[in-house]
Order: sequence, then structure tokens, then C-alpha cells
Amino acid sequence: MTTNELSRRTFLLRAGTGISAAWVSAHWPALLSAATHARQSAKAATPPKFEFFTPEQAAEIDAITARIIPTDDTAGAREAGVVYFIDRGLVTFYADDQKTYREGLPELQARVTEMFPTVSKFAAATPEQQDEVLHSFDENAKSPRRPFRARPGAQDFFETLRQHTIAGFLIDPDYGGNNSGAGWKVIGREREHMFQSPFGYYDKDYVGWQRATKDTNKS
Amino acid sequence: MRSDLPKYKTSDEVDFVIIGSGAAGGILAKELSTNGFRVVVLEQGPYLTESDFSHNEIEILAQDKLTNHPKLQPNTFRKTPDEKAKPQRALVYGRCVGGTSVHFTANFWRFHEIDFVERSKIGAIAGTTFTDWPITYADLEPYYTRVEWEIGVSGLAGASPFDPPRSKPYPMPPLPVKSSGVIFERAASKLGWHPFPAPMAILSQPRPGRSACINCGFCLAFGCEVGAKSSSLATAIRMAEKTGRCEIRPNSYVHRIETDANGRAVGAVYFDEQRNTHLQKAKAVVVCANGAETPRLLLLSANKQFPNGLANSSGFVGKNLMLNSGAISTGVFEHPLNDYKGFAVSRLFHDFYQLDAQKVGFYGGGGIDARFDMTPIGFAMGGLPPDTPRWGKDFKAALSHNFTRTMEIFCHGTSLPLENNSFSLDPDLKDAWGLPALRLTYKDHPDDLKLVNWLNVRAQELLDAAGAEKKWSYPAQEQQFAVHLLGTCRMGNDPKTSVINPDHRTHDVKNLFLCDGSSLVTSGRGQPTMTIEALAFRAADRITALAKRGELSA
Repeated sequence: MTTNELSRRTFLLRAGTGISAAWVSAHWPALLSAATHARQSAKAATPPKFEFFTPEQAAEIDAITARIIPTDDTAGAREAGVVYFIDRGLVTFYADDQKTYREGLPELQARVTEMFPTVSKFAAATPEQQDEVLHSFDENAKSPRRPFRARPGAQDFFETLRQHTIAGFLIDPDYGGNNSGAGWKVIGREREHMFQSPFGYYDKDYVGWQRATKDTNKS
Repeated sequence: MRSDLPKYKTSDEVDFVIIGSGAAGGILAKELSTNGFRVVVLEQGPYLTESDFSHNEIEILAQDKLTNHPKLQPNTFRKTPDEKAKPQRALVYGRCVGGTSVHFTANFWRFHEIDFVERSKIGAIAGTTFTDWPITYADLEPYYTRVEWEIGVSGLAGASPFDPPRSKPYPMPPLPVKSSGVIFERAASKLGWHPFPAPMAILSQPRPGRSACINCGFCLAFGCEVGAKSSSLATAIRMAEKTGRCEIRPNSYVHRIETDANGRAVGAVYFDEQRNTHLQKAKAVVVCANGAETPRLLLLSANKQFPNGLANSSGFVGKNLMLNSGAISTGVFEHPLNDYKGFAVSRLFHDFYQLDAQKVGFYGGGGIDARFDMTPIGFAMGGLPPDTPRWGKDFKAALSHNFTRTMEIFCHGTSLPLENNSFSLDPDLKDAWGLPALRLTYKDHPDDLKLVNWLNVRAQELLDAAGAEKKWSYPAQEQQFAVHLLGTCRMGNDPKTSVINPDHRTHDVKNLFLCDGSSLVTSGRGQPTMTIEALAFRAADRITALAKRGELSA
């Protein structure tokens, strides 16, 4: 049984015994079907071979994602299997971005040789050289502050790849990325599907709401 | 879909066709079918249910599974009417059965008495169409109570000294407090303000067929997998279907309201999923398509008899748009808040609901809440301090440190109605069905920006009082993207300056009714859905009374 299955099942069981058993029993078949679907998606996320990239391209993409979210004492994009997530994305939900990758990757590889004539490809450069190359693509790129409210289109290859790397690192592991929840471990997000109060440090000793004592002061 | 539900033929003249199944449409469907009428609801989006919802951020943020689609439904934007509008995503709204109530945050504040009569209290504001409502808070109070009890709102009555009078307490206690709420409550109290438990359209206790909130943390932008969020989908739509008289017809994109030689509406023309055209006949038409699509539909329905669009003799269809002003301050704290657990908001205050314009130098007022409404990918894209690198070692370190320690202070405020601010038909751009795209024209009134920037200074004072280890904010800028879609077919007694009367009946077409965000006369202080739903309950009573008096028959 995978961790995915366990977290989903724990959710179901706890929901069943804790909060509203009637609801869960009424919806059990639908929930099981959703869990199965998620599991299949997760399996499909790590195919034995790549669907969009050639193995050589995949090695380059993997090396770039490993600079965007590097491995240090905790997992990075590489351990989270981000390259597989992007590869699968490019034949499904990211299909609109195929052209950006087709045109962007050779351009980036050309930049490597231009900046470091003795280096044949990105993956063969040192981490410092790799960062220099990426910085040369990163000028003027801006991060949207409220992505839900105003999402800009992916402007260029590096920005697209940056966003896809983040997505592959932090997506709910049920949906074909963030292998074994590696990304969520890094940010401290628990895998559970449901939580109970207290949630954090500041609410654990909360005594309950009390009316403010000062006089109402309308401005 | 259940097999015992009615299927009406398009040629069968039903009592009401309702266009849109969101906050207002769902409630009108429930009420009118409960009152014995035969109802068809035409919804442009799909009929999804709890088992279709997920925590998949790609589906939601990149594929717009629950919302209007920028490729199929492109928009244009311009600041003022003398500019040529440019293609740009300009709005988001729910496009599925349940509408925007499926994916909203579920803050459920009532409007206060002042929101209905503020123009009389403070006088005219030059250059605006600021005016009083034709109804008062007292008229709407019983319907606010019905929303709370029938749809399910959690909260604590009397907790805010600024609250308007109410006839009943909330049907269930507030949701648990989050760490952001505790930090906010302590700091606000220290500063002499009056924080209180947030009223939320999320169940703190189970109801038949619905779970209490399981605190999964995927509220804003997501559909609730356990029916705890009181969307129209989880509540009113199901009750409407239970009457056996209401058909919900998804994937039905209405693009014209047909009228006869006498200027009466005869039904709604729509594309089905295969883009075949149908006319659903009805004795009366109720449009609840939201503050952008409702005026668009009226404008698309122009004909020889109504050359400027249906029900548009005032010229006000699509105009006086109010988006609500907003600003955010973000803080990072020493210890983990784990605010990703739970729901968005657990505490807020209304001390600045009504600022004294003489003292502060601008019109307006608002509410301030404590929240965390970002899911992991969204947080990594937009939740880190502005000086954080966008990738690499330090980016990762910031993600790792901040995700569990971040909270936001959200300032919500008024928008003044301006005639130039509007939704209209773009003269060039077309949607995937070949129909004119929505064009947003918007430039905030200067007071709206002054207001939220003033509120945002209070938010930063609060973060300081709370001992945040880091805080940041951005000055509020002129808006170019619409979420709250208010005022575009406003209610009023005078047909020259309003589109619908207090019964939600259009002044021009006697069997055509409009009810949604477009009906609002003023913007409130940032949380309109509760008022839209109260209006829908009230509209259903008024429409039922008219129908029973025979006033809707030809």
C-alpha cells in the first residue's frame, strides 16, 4: 500500500469514526473511486520511459530543476521526481507549453557553450556555472503576488520551467508529482487529509474568545 | 444525476427559467420550486459533485476546472472609455453548478444598516452615482437569518459591538480559532480594537448529508469534498431537486433572452454541449448569471424593440461596477502557525466599518481579517517576502522556514460606483462560440485606494503589535482584475437611474427578473455573497407573490 493510499484511508477512517459517520457512509463509493483514480495518476506519473523528452533532454531538465530547488540536507526537485511530473504534464495538462520547451531548451544549451566554451551541456557544467547560466535568463522575471487573482502567462522558457518545477515539487502527491511527499516535508506540510484543532503554536493554549474590555471606539 | 428528477421539454413552457445556478440562482431555484412552481435552471458549466473535487492545484490554477476559461472566454481590459481595450484576463467566476459559491472563501458578513442609507447620511459624492438602496437593512434582516439557518453559517451572535441587529443567533458555533486568529485577536485587543470570531458559510457541526469542516485547508479556489462549505451546490440546489419540480440543466450556455411583439420575455436561448441551439420556453425569466454575465446577456439580447439591450432604457446595464477595494499585509512569526490547516479566516474586526470622512479625508470603511488562504504551489509563487530570490538555495530555505509561519492581514473596503466602470461587449474580440467577449472598464475612485491604504497601515500596526519577525506589504494599486462583480444592474425606484425595481423585476420587461451581485446598489465592506443570498431569498418571496396575484401571466 502506498503512502497516498494510507493518507486517504486514514482520512476516511477518521472521518468515519470522528466527525460525521453518516456523511461518509453515504459517500463511501465515490470517495473510494476518487482514491483509486488518484492512485492510478500517481502511478502514471513515474513511467518507465519519458513521453515527451528524450533521455538526453530529460537529463538536462532534471539538472535545471535541481538548481531551481536544490538538494541540500533535505530533498530537492530531483528527489521529488519533478522531471517526471513535467514530462507527463507536457503531454497532458501542460501541452500548451510544448513549444516553449522545444525552442527554449536548445537556446539554453547554446547559452551554456557561449558562456563556457569547454562545457558541452548544462548537466555537465559545475553548479556555479549552471547558476550563472540561469541568472542570465532570469532578468526582469517577476513573480505574481496573488496567483489566483491574476496569473500571467508563462513568459519564457526559464520562467515556465521555474513554475513547473515549483508545481512538481509542491503539488498534492496524489496528483502525480512531489514523490513521497518530499516537497511537503521540506515546507513542513503534513500529509493528512483532515486536521483537528489546535493547529499551531499560538492556538494551543487559547482559552476561548472573550469580549474586548475597552470601550467601543468608533472612528 | 438522479433518475427521479424532472426533465422538461424545451417546448414545455415552465413557470420559471433561471439562468445561473450560483449563490442567487441556487436559492431562487430552491425557493420557487418549493413554492410549487416548475423550474428549469440553465447553467453554462458542468454538473460536478463532491467526488469530482480534489486538492489538485494544477486542475484549479492552471486548468480552470471550476471557473471561466480564459481561452474559451477571453476578456479585454481598459481603464477608461476613451481607451481601446486590450486582450487580458479580466475576471474570474465559478463556471459549474453552484457557481462561485463552490470555490469561494465563505466569509459571510451581513451588510450593516449604514450600507443601505449611506448616501443620505453623508451626502452626495461628486462624480459618482453613489445613492441609497430602495430597501433597508430591516427589510433584508429576516432573509439574512434565513440564509444563516437554511444554508448553514457558523458564528457568534453579538460578538462584534458593531454588528447590526439580528432576530436570531447563528445556528451553530464558530469554527475553531487558528493561530493567525489568536495572534490577530491578541494584537487587535492590545490596540483597543474589537476582534470577533469570523462568521463563515462553513459548517462547524454536521447537517444531514453534509460533514462538518474537516480542516483540510483547501478552501479558496477549491470545491469542498465533504460538503462542509455552504455552497449552493451543497445546499440550495439539492433542496430544489428534492421538490421534484426543478431541473438543473448543466452545460447550457444562454446567450439570448427571446422577447415577443409585446415586449415580454418568452424564454432563454442557449447552446448545449454540442453547440446546438435551443429555446427553453418559460412564463418568466430570472437571470442570476453574476455581475458580469447578467449585463452581458442583456446586451447580447438587443433587438429592434430593445436596440440598446434588454431592460436597458436607463442605459445603466453593465455600469456602476464595484469590485471592492482590498490590500494585504503579510507577516512571518517565530513559531509555526500551521495556518494551512483549517479554513481561511477565524478572526476579524469591524472597528473601521464607518470612518469619519471629515477626519480621515476620504469616503469609505472596511473590515480587517486574519487569514491564510494559500495552498502550497500558490504560496511558493506568491507568498514569500519580496526580497526573496525566486529560485535556488535561499528560495528553498525561505519556503522551508515561512510556509508554516506566515499569515496575512486582509483589508476589505468599499468601492464607490462610477458610471464609467463597467462590463460591456468588446467590439472586436469573440468567445469560442463567436459571441462578443466581456470588456472590463475600470479605474478605482481615488478614495477607494486611499481607504485601503489607510486600512493597510492599521494592518501593519497590528503585525508590529503582534511581534512579527518580518512583515511586508504592497501599496494598493488600481485594479485590473475582477472577482467581486457588483452593481451592474442596480436596484432602484427610478427607471431612469436603475435597472430593476425592489422586487428585482426589470423596469422595462415585466416578466424578467435579475438577482445576483449586479443588483447591489452599494458595495458593502468587501464580503457581498451573504447579501446576494439574502436578496435571493427575498426576491423569491416577491416573485412568488406577483405570480400568485397573476401579474406574470400574459
